[in-house]
Amino acid sequence: MKQLLLGNAAVARGLYEAGCRFVSAYPGTPSTEISEQAALYDEIYAEWAPNEKVAMEAAIGAAFGGARSFCAMKHVGLNVAADPLFTASYTGVNAGMLIAVADDPGMHSSQNEQDSRHYAEAAKLPMVEPADSAECLEFTKIAYEISEQFDTPVILRTCTRVAHSQSLVELSERKEPELRPFEKNPRKYVMMPGNAIGRHVVVEERQAKLLEYAETTPLNRVEMGDTSIGFITSGTAYQYLREVFPNASILKLGFVNPLPVKLIQDFAAKVDRLIVCEELDPFIENHCRAIGVKVDGGKDIFGLQGELSQSRVAQRMGLEAKPAVDFSEAVPARPPVLCPGCPHRGLFYTLHKLGVTVFGDIGCYTLGALPPLAAVDTTVCMGASISGMHGFNTVRGGESAKNTVSVTGDSTFMHSGITSLIDLVYNNGSSTAIILDNSITGMTGHQQNPTTGKTLKGTPAPAVSIERLCEAIGVKAENIRVVDPYALKELEQVVREELAKDEPSVIIARRPCALLPEVKPQPALVVDTDKCVGCKMCMKIGCPAISVNDGKCAIDPTLCVGCDLCIQMCRPGAIGKTQEV
Amino acid sequence: MSETKSIMIVGVGGQGTLLASRILGSALLSLGHDVKLSEVHGMSQRGGSVVTYVKYGDKVYSPIVDRGEADYILSFERLEAARWLGWLKKGGELIVNDQRINPMPVITGAAQYPDGVLEKIRALGANMLDVDALSLALEAGSSKAVNVVLIGVLASMMDISEDVWMRALEDNVKPKFLEMNKKAFALGYAAGKR
Repeated sequence: MKQLLLGNAAVARGLYEAGCRFVSAYPGTPSTEISEQAALYDEIYAEWAPNEKVAMEAAIGAAFGGARSFCAMKHVGLNVAADPLFTASYTGVNAGMLIAVADDPGMHSSQNEQDSRHYAEAAKLPMVEPADSAECLEFTKIAYEISEQFDTPVILRTCTRVAHSQSLVELSERKEPELRPFEKNPRKYVMMPGNAIGRHVVVEERQAKLLEYAETTPLNRVEMGDTSIGFITSGTAYQYLREVFPNASILKLGFVNPLPVKLIQDFAAKVDRLIVCEELDPFIENHCRAIGVKVDGGKDIFGLQGELSQSRVAQRMGLEAKPAVDFSEAVPARPPVLCPGCPHRGLFYTLHKLGVTVFGDIGCYTLGALPPLAAVDTTVCMGASISGMHGFNTVRGGESAKNTVSVTGDSTFMHSGITSLIDLVYNNGSSTAIILDNSITGMTGHQQNPTTGKTLKGTPAPAVSIERLCEAIGVKAENIRVVDPYALKELEQVVREELAKDEPSVIIARRPCALLPEVKPQPALVVDTDKCVGCKMCMKIGCPAISVNDGKCAIDPTLCVGCDLCIQMCRPGAIGKTQEV
Repeated sequence: MSETKSIMIVGVGGQGTLLASRILGSALLSLGHDVKLSEVHGMSQRGGSVVTYVKYGDKVYSPIVDRGEADYILSFERLEAARWLGWLKKGGELIVNDQRINPMPVITGAAQYPDGVLEKIRALGANMLDVDALSLALEAGSSKAVNVVLIGVLASMMDISEDVWMRALEDNVKPKFLEMNKKAFALGYAAGKR
């Protein structure tokens, strides 16, 4: 029976059917649901690792240990895991190992739109790229065969439209491979120079064999039709092309590294005009040119930025756009906002009020950069807040450390904030780091992490104490302050005190995410319009539930969760709980 | 071979558009169609403009719906209906929940929420049905049921039998909320037929 499955759920089903036993990942949109879905199968051990590097190393160890293993991450996560990636290419595996990486063309939820295919080429690893959920399932299973046949980790690349689209899949039973024995073999597994020199030879031999495989694998598919035009494509771009050109000849590549040579040359010879259609970088196009195939169009038509779609493909190929009637005036943008009741709101209001420079990080709290809170001044990558602040304050000297803070979420602190804090403390910095502990990994949709006391499978786990960890790093106990970000006065006082010190400080702003099921919304607050003077102080916190109506503030009862922050802002005392007003 | 049909569900992150698309997807799947759904996760879910696409037919390729392609647009909020109007196919149907949620640029005063959005859409010649889904959801028992009320309205325009919709509801909502959601669906269905 056919089922509708999310691309990510289909990868998880593929893991199950392929007999995968070990999953380790760090959440990252659009890859997160693979691990969440895999965790639902009793036969699969699945965990959240503190970061992608750890996840990949754990999966490498599991593959050495003889079990089919898996790790998943978003495109920027692969940067974090690049170190083990390149050397796992040398060691190879024992049982099969699969690495899923999800790219985000168009940056729906990312800080850049890098193209992960370059990693496969640079690390000399095979890469497969499915175009829908059925292929997610099928390619996952085939990837394990490739991994074991060629003794190599395999990368499975998806993108947002494959990972987060549902389409039909056919389910099969699980096949349970035996745990393979681990045989000591330092020449293969101990990558010191003498051994690695030998393994590099193996890698290059493997590349040659993989190239032969690329010529014949069913993952690459020629669909001959009208030969006046032929497209070479892969992944989601195939779907757009087929929708626009139902009769065109298409070479659909499912095995995208190493790319075939003869297959492409033969296809090119059969069509009058050859176009390469791919999102992001000219990966396939450059390969075609390198092997002497004449390309009649590629990035010059489709561009380097953003996502494609059927209409973008059609228009750039010179076809007419479908008739459309737009609204008669400008429609205001609706950027994402911190949720009503978000514990981060009070902190960003306070930082904005104090006028400090804020080194930001990756998470919901990146939204603290948007008006009216407009508090965050930098965001680069996971963990870059504390280390970035340290560099900034070191070169600027003087009062800089007294006017600059960093903000890091609990999960991000576990990911790579700890080493940043060590850098600050070890090198005698005096900056103030704020850790926003909302008891969950928020932006990716509520994943557990080492501070929450629960695992991915939902079982109890030891919880890392952020306070004690900071103390062990060398921050003095009196400089580690825990404060409730709903308590605006106390919060401001604590930030002022810690900024004034000539020693490193950590402020832990602690309150659970308002969307957690255990956080019960309070009754919506109400405004006494007789008392409201229209000063708009309550608007400064940027709560989506508050707006101004006829000069008076109004609270939307369907959005308000009664967090009381606006009550603290209201000088005339016009906002109250239902029974009080 | 039947033509591929395209439906868009648009709204504000947190309004439950994902559940609506999943109910729709399972109803269409049970009728033997090829179905694709495209969802948005991550940052946009935090109160931003969100859109999910549902497509069905004999064979569906692209999972997304582009400008001028939607047979139906189900908008959970007025301004979002205006934003996505250009995605409606000529002759397509627009269903709008008559609810206003101010985006942050409007709250901060950087932009104006346009007046008379629904009248202006109608003046552009679009087939539009506006529904006060929030009131109907509250009548059914919870403001959270706005999504199922709107699926009920859409169902009233589609040629799919009631038992198919009921099974789709059963497959997608928690048992303890099933009765409330069935009531919400029925209220939406009746509003659509009016």
